[in-house]
Amino acid sequence: MSLVQVTDLTVEFGDLRAVDGLSFQLAPGAAVALVGESGSGKSTVASALLGLHRGTGARVGGSIEVAGVDVQEAADEELRRLRGAKAAMVFQDPLSSLDPYYAIGDQIAEVHRVHTRVPRRAARARAVEVLDRVGIPDAARRSRSRPHEFSGGMRQRALIAMALACEPELLIADEPTTALDVTVQAQILDLLHTLREETGMGLLLVTHDVGVAAESVDEVLVMRHGRVVEHGPVGAVLGSPAQSYTRELLGAVPRVDMARAPSQASEEVVLEATALRREFGRGKRAFAAVDDVSLTIHRGETVGIVGESGSGKTTLGRMLVGLLEPTAGEVRHEGHARAGVNPAVQMVFQDPVSSLNPRRSVGESIADPLRARGERDEKQIRGRVTELLERVGLEGAHYDRYPHEFSGGQRQRVGIARALAADPRVIVCDEPVSALDVTTQAQVVALLGELQRELGLALVFVAHDLAVVRQVSDRVAVMRRGRIVESGPADEVYDNPQDPYTKQLLAAVPALDPQVAARRRAARRELTAA
Amino acid sequence: MSGFGGFLLRRAVGTVVTLLAISVIVYVVFYATPGNVAQITCGPRCSPEQVHQVAQQLKLDDPLYLRYWHFLEGLIAGQDYSTGTSVEHCSAPCLGLSYQSDRQVMDIILTKLPVSLSLVLGAMVLWLVLGVGTGVLSAWRRGRFTERVLTALTLAGWATPVFVIGLVLMIVVCGELQLLPFPQYVKFTDDPEQWAWNLLLPWLSLALIEAAAFARLTRASMLETLAEDHIRTFRAYGVAERTIVGRHALRGALAPVIALNANNVGSAIGGAVLTETLFGLPGIGQELVHAVNVVDLPVVVGMVLVIGFFVVLANAVADVLYAVADRRVVLT
Repeated sequence: MSLVQVTDLTVEFGDLRAVDGLSFQLAPGAAVALVGESGSGKSTVASALLGLHRGTGARVGGSIEVAGVDVQEAADEELRRLRGAKAAMVFQDPLSSLDPYYAIGDQIAEVHRVHTRVPRRAARARAVEVLDRVGIPDAARRSRSRPHEFSGGMRQRALIAMALACEPELLIADEPTTALDVTVQAQILDLLHTLREETGMGLLLVTHDVGVAAESVDEVLVMRHGRVVEHGPVGAVLGSPAQSYTRELLGAVPRVDMARAPSQASEEVVLEATALRREFGRGKRAFAAVDDVSLTIHRGETVGIVGESGSGKTTLGRMLVGLLEPTAGEVRHEGHARAGVNPAVQMVFQDPVSSLNPRRSVGESIADPLRARGERDEKQIRGRVTELLERVGLEGAHYDRYPHEFSGGQRQRVGIARALAADPRVIVCDEPVSALDVTTQAQVVALLGELQRELGLALVFVAHDLAVVRQVSDRVAVMRRGRIVESGPADEVYDNPQDPYTKQLLAAVPALDPQVAARRRAARRELTAA
Repeated sequence: MSGFGGFLLRRAVGTVVTLLAISVIVYVVFYATPGNVAQITCGPRCSPEQVHQVAQQLKLDDPLYLRYWHFLEGLIAGQDYSTGTSVEHCSAPCLGLSYQSDRQVMDIILTKLPVSLSLVLGAMVLWLVLGVGTGVLSAWRRGRFTERVLTALTLAGWATPVFVIGLVLMIVVCGELQLLPFPQYVKFTDDPEQWAWNLLLPWLSLALIEAAAFARLTRASMLETLAEDHIRTFRAYGVAERTIVGRHALRGALAPVIALNANNVGSAIGGAVLTETLFGLPGIGQELVHAVNVVDLPVVVGMVLVIGFFVVLANAVADVLYAVADRRVVLT
C-alpha cells in the first residue's frame, strides 16, 4: 500500500485553477520531488495533502489518501491527528514559521503533546532529544531560546526537529532550503538525507531548484500550470528529459561548472575602490561589515561579487554607488574621488516588488533619473522613457502602467531601464535575479549581457548564487565576513579555487546529476567527519 | 547605563523634561487668553479698586517669565502665600494656590485624583475584558453569524455618546428596575463595597464605549496575526484552533492593544468629564473644566501636569509590558 495516493487532484481558488488533474503516489520510505516555477501549483499540492485548504474557500476535487487517511472525507478531528503525527510539514521561511513569542523547545513540546498526551516534562525532554538529533549544539540550553536568537540554518533545523518529534511516516518539505545560504542548504539537505536513512520516512520535496531535487529524491514530477509535465526517476528526467518544457527548464538552470564567453573588457578603469571599510553600530557593538576591500572595474567587464548572507557584499555594492559613505577608504570614478551618489554609477536592486513605488506608473519611475538631471521637456522625457522600455524588452505603451500589472521578470526589466536612464558607465546589480524563476533569470541575465556589449557598460554583479555569478562574470571576488578571501578571473577561481572557504562554497552547490550529487555528499561527510 | 535601571532613569528624566515643557506651554497659552483675570477672580460686583487689589495680590501684573519663575521656585522650594490676614506655607512641591478658593492646588488634586483613578482603573478592567474578549471572538468566528452580531454591536457602542449610554443605564437600572441607588461617590477607604456598587454604572458607561474601540482593534490585529506563517505551522501540526487563537495569535496581537490602552488610560484620567459630570463624580476632569472657565491658572497648570504625568507613566508601563510580551523588544 502506498503512503500517499493522489488521484485526479484539482484545487481552485475562485476562477483560478491552481492544480489541474494531478495524480501521483509515494511508496513508504520513498522520496518524490515536485519541481516547478512559481505559480505551477506545487506548494498548493503540498498543502492539500494535509487538508490545509479546508475553510479557506478553495475548492478541492479528486481524492487524496495520506497514511491511510482519506483527507477529503476525514472529520476535522481525524485530520488533526494526521497532521504532525503521521505527516509533518517543513516550511520555506524558517524566520517566520516559528512563533516569535515562545521558546523553541516549548513549541516543539506543544506539538508533541497534542499528539501523544505525554506529561509536559516528557514532551520537553523529547524536544531536547530531537533538537539534539538535528544537530543543534547544547540542545538542552538552546531549547530555551526564542526563534530570533537562532540563525536561519538553526531555525530550519528546529522546524525539522518539530517535524521529527512525533516520528511521522511522511515528511513534506516545502522549499526547505530556499531562504538559506548554499553551505547551510547543503547541511540541511544532508540532514534530511540522513534522517530518511535512519527513520525510513517518506519525503515529498517541493522545490523550484532542480539541483536541490537532484540531491534528495528518487522520483521527480515536473509541474507547470497545475499539471504534471513529466514524471519519472530523477536520473532519467534530469539526464534525458522527454518533454520540451523540462528541457527548457534544465537549459535555463545556471551551471557552476561551465565557462562563459568573455566580454570585451578594455584596460580603461571606470571605477576603483581602495581599502574600503564600513562600520555599523557604535562603541562595543561596532563591527565592520566591509573591511579593507579594494576593487578595480574596467570598462565593459563584469565583476562578480559572491558571498553568503552577512558577508558584506551588499554594503560594498552600496558604497560603490555612493548610497553609503565608507568609514575609511575611497571610491574613485574615472580617476576622480567623489562623495555622494554619482549619476554614472547606477544600481539595480534585488527585490523588483519593493524597489518600485507601487503608487506611480513605471514610466514615471524610469523618468526619475532624467528629471533629477534637470530634464524638463515632457515630450523629451516620454520619448526617452519609451526608448528605454523598448530597449529592455517591454513596450513603450507600458509607460502608464503600474508595477503590480507586471510579472517579477518584467519589473526587474523596469528596474534596469531606470538604471539606464542616467546613461551610466557602471551598473551595480545587487542580487538582480535571485527573486526570479530560472527561466526568467536566464532572460534577465541575457538582457544584461546584451546591454553591456552594446553600451560598453561595466557591471558589478553581487549575488549569493555561485552558478549565476559564474555565468555572467569575467572576474570574481569571493567575500567572507567583510573581506575578499579570493579574487581573480572567473574560470581560475571556479576551476582551481585556492582559499578553503571558496572550496567549501563550491562543494556545497547542488549538482544536477544525482550521481555527482551522491559523490559530493559522501565527500562532504568525510570533510565533516575529519 | 543599561538594563532596567537605565531604562527607568532615562524615562524619569524624559518625564521631567516633558512636564516642564507642558507647563511652559500652559503658561504662554493662558497669558495670551483674552479677558481680565482679576475681574473674573474677584467677581462681577467688585469695584475697580478691589480688582486692582486682587491683581496685585495674585501678582498678575508681573511679566510672564517672572510668574513662571515663581512657579518653578514653589515647585522646588515651596512658598509662603499671604492671604490678606494670615500667611500660609505651601511646602514643596508647591503648585501654588487657587485664585478662586485660596486652597492649595496640591490639596485640590489630592482630593480629586482618587475619584478619577477609581473611575478609570475600574473601567479599564471592564473595557479590556469586554473589548479584547469580543475582538478575539469575532476574529475566531470571522465570516459567521456571531461575528456579524458582534460587529454590529461594537459599531453601535462606538457610535453612542457616553451620556446617552450613561443616562439610559441610570434610568433603567436605578429608575425603572431600582436595582441600584442613583450613584454617588463613596471613598474606597470608607466602604469598599459601597464604593464598588456606586461606581458600577459609571464604569459600565465609560467601558462600553472604550470596549468597542478595543474590540475593533483586537479583531483587526488578530486577523493579521492569524494570517502569519507561524500560525500556519501550528495548523499543519494539528494544534487545535482554540489553542492557536488563544495562545499563539492573541499574544502576537496584543502589542497595539497595549499601546492604545496606555493612551486611553492616561487621557481618561483627565478626560472623562462627561462621565464624571453625568454621575456627579468630583474628579479631575470636572475640576479642570471649571478651572478653565474661571481662568484659575494655578489649578489648570497643576491639573494638566498631573494628567501629563499619568499619560507618560501609562506609556512607560506599556513599554515594560511590550518587553514582557515580546522578548525581542529591548528597553532603551
